[in-house]
Amino acid sequence: MSVVNKGFHGRRTETVVELPPGQHLTTDFPVLQTGPTPHIDVERWRLTIRDEHGAVHKWTWAQFNELPSRPITVDIHCVTKWSKLNTRWRGVSLDTVLESVGTAAEFALVRCYGGYTTNIPVRDLRGERAWIVYEYDGMPLSAIHGGPARLLVPHLYFWKSAKWVRSIELRADDDPGFWESLGYHNYGDPWREQRYVGD
Amino acid sequence: MTQPTHTDGNAAAGAFATALGFDVTTAMLTCAKCGRIGAFAQSHVYHRAPGIVVRCPNCEAVLARLVQTPTDVWLDLRGSQSWRFPVADR
Amino acid sequence: MDIASKPRLHWQVAQVLDVRPETASASTLGLAVPGWAGHLAGQHIDLKLTAEDGYSAQRSYSLSKPPDGERIELTIQQIPDGEVSPYLTGLTAGDEIELRGPIGGWFVWRPGEATRVLLVGGGSGIVPLMAMLRQRTAAGAARFRLVYSVRSPADVYYGQELDRLERECDWLQVVRVFTRTGPPHTARPPGRIESSDLSSPGWGPADGVSTYVCGPTGFVESVTTLLIKQGHQPSAIRTERFGPSTESRNEDR
Repeated sequence: MSVVNKGFHGRRTETVVELPPGQHLTTDFPVLQTGPTPHIDVERWRLTIRDEHGAVHKWTWAQFNELPSRPITVDIHCVTKWSKLNTRWRGVSLDTVLESVGTAAEFALVRCYGGYTTNIPVRDLRGERAWIVYEYDGMPLSAIHGGPARLLVPHLYFWKSAKWVRSIELRADDDPGFWESLGYHNYGDPWREQRYVGD
Repeated sequence: MTQPTHTDGNAAAGAFATALGFDVTTAMLTCAKCGRIGAFAQSHVYHRAPGIVVRCPNCEAVLARLVQTPTDVWLDLRGSQSWRFPVADR
Repeated sequence: MDIASKPRLHWQVAQVLDVRPETASASTLGLAVPGWAGHLAGQHIDLKLTAEDGYSAQRSYSLSKPPDGERIELTIQQIPDGEVSPYLTGLTAGDEIELRGPIGGWFVWRPGEATRVLLVGGGSGIVPLMAMLRQRTAAGAARFRLVYSVRSPADVYYGQELDRLERECDWLQVVRVFTRTGPPHTARPPGRIESSDLSSPGWGPADGVSTYVCGPTGFVESVTTLLIKQGHQPSAIRTERFGPSTESRNEDR
C-alpha cells in the first residue's frame, strides 16, 4: 500500500562502500536520546567496574585520563538505519580497563548517567573492539554525543555504544538493557541485520 | 541555558493510537516514582531514538516506552502506576 | 484486544490539491484525504515519506483549518537542510503522500467550550491556533485573544487574514510580538515574550480563561512559567511542544 515519494531521499548520500544490509549513509551526525542530556561535572565523574565477585574498581576523571589511549577511526551503524563512515575518536580500550579487573564473567551490563542501560557479552568488549572514548573529531566529546565519556562498540548497532557511561557490571548471567528488553535484538550485529528480537 | 531536547505527549499520540486503537492524550497518568498525576499529552517525550520514551514532566522518570518493529508493537507501561481515561472521549 | 485487526488510526494515501506560499519560506498544502471523517481544531496528522529504496521518515503537522469535507490544509515551514520540509514544500498538485490522523484529544478547542480563550503561539505554533480561530468564525461564542510571537514581520503566517479577522470580529484581539526585528514605529521594542505581553484587562487568572500555548519546547515552557507566575492555574493551560528547534515543528533534522 505504501506510496513511494519520487525524488525523496532524505539526507543520505550515494555510496560505493558496502554498508550492512538496510543501512543508508549519512554525512551528518544524528543525535538520538532517551531522556534529558545529562550534564556531568568531571570532578564528580567516576567510572566503576563491578566484577562478578562484587569487587569494585573506580577511576576518577584524572585517573581515567592517565590510562593509555589511542585514536580510533571506525564506521558506525545505527539501528534507525543511518551509517556514518570514518568517525574519529580518542579513548581507552576496554582491554586496558579490564586488565586491572581480572574477570571470568561472560556478560556485562553497562549503566549510564541518566539511567540508560545496555548489555554486551564480555568477549565483545575484548580484542581491541571496544573503547571508552572522550574525544570526537579531535575535540572533547560534547554532552549531546555522550560526553564526558561514552562506550564505543562499533561492530554492534550503535545503541550498544552507550552515551554517558558510568559503570560496567560484570555478570555470570545476561541482563537485557533498555532497548533489548523492549523488542530489540539481544546481540545486535548489523552485518547479520539483527535489529529486533527474533531476527 | 541549554535547549530542551524533548517534545510532549502530543508527538507520541499517533504511535500510541495506532497501537492501542484510541487516543491516549487525555489519559491521566500517575508517576510510579514521584506520584505526579498529569495528562499523557503533557509528558516529556523523547522520540529521536530507536523507540518512544515518555517521561514524567516533574521527575523525568520513564512513564512508558513504545517500540514499533516491522511485525509488532512493544509497550512498557511499568513506570506509570495507573492510566485513567475519561470514557466519553473514547 | 486484538491489535492485529485494523485500528481506527491507520496510514492512508492523500493527494496534494494545491500549494501556496505563506511566507518566503513557509507554504500551505491543501490535501484531499479520501474518507476523511472530520477533525477538531488543534489536532494534527502524521506524514510519512518513503524513498524508492524503502527508507522512510515521518513528521507531525498540525491541521491549520477546521473540517472542510475531504480537504485538509497544513502549513509547513521549510527548514534549510531539513530532511523532509524541502521535499514537502516542493510538492505539486497530483502528488501522493501517506498520512494518518486526525490525532490528539488534549490540545483541541470545541465550539461551546470556554468563554475566554487565550492562544499563545510561537513561530509555527500558530498553525493549530489558527485552526481554532477559523473554527470560531464558524461556530462558538467565546472571546479570543491571540498572542503571536515571531522573529520578524516577514515570518508572520496568515497575516492578512488575521488583520481582517481582527477588524471584523469583535470577539478577537490579536497581539503580535516580534523577537528579533519589528516594524518601524512600534511601541514595543523587539525581544522575547514577557509577562506584560501576556497580560491584559479581563484576561487574568480570575477571568475564567482557557489557555492554549504552542510552539518550540523552550517557548512553550517559558510562556507557561510566566502564566503560572501571574496566577493562572496549570489545569487551565494546555500546551503542545513542537520540539527543540527554534525554527519549526519537529526540527526536521
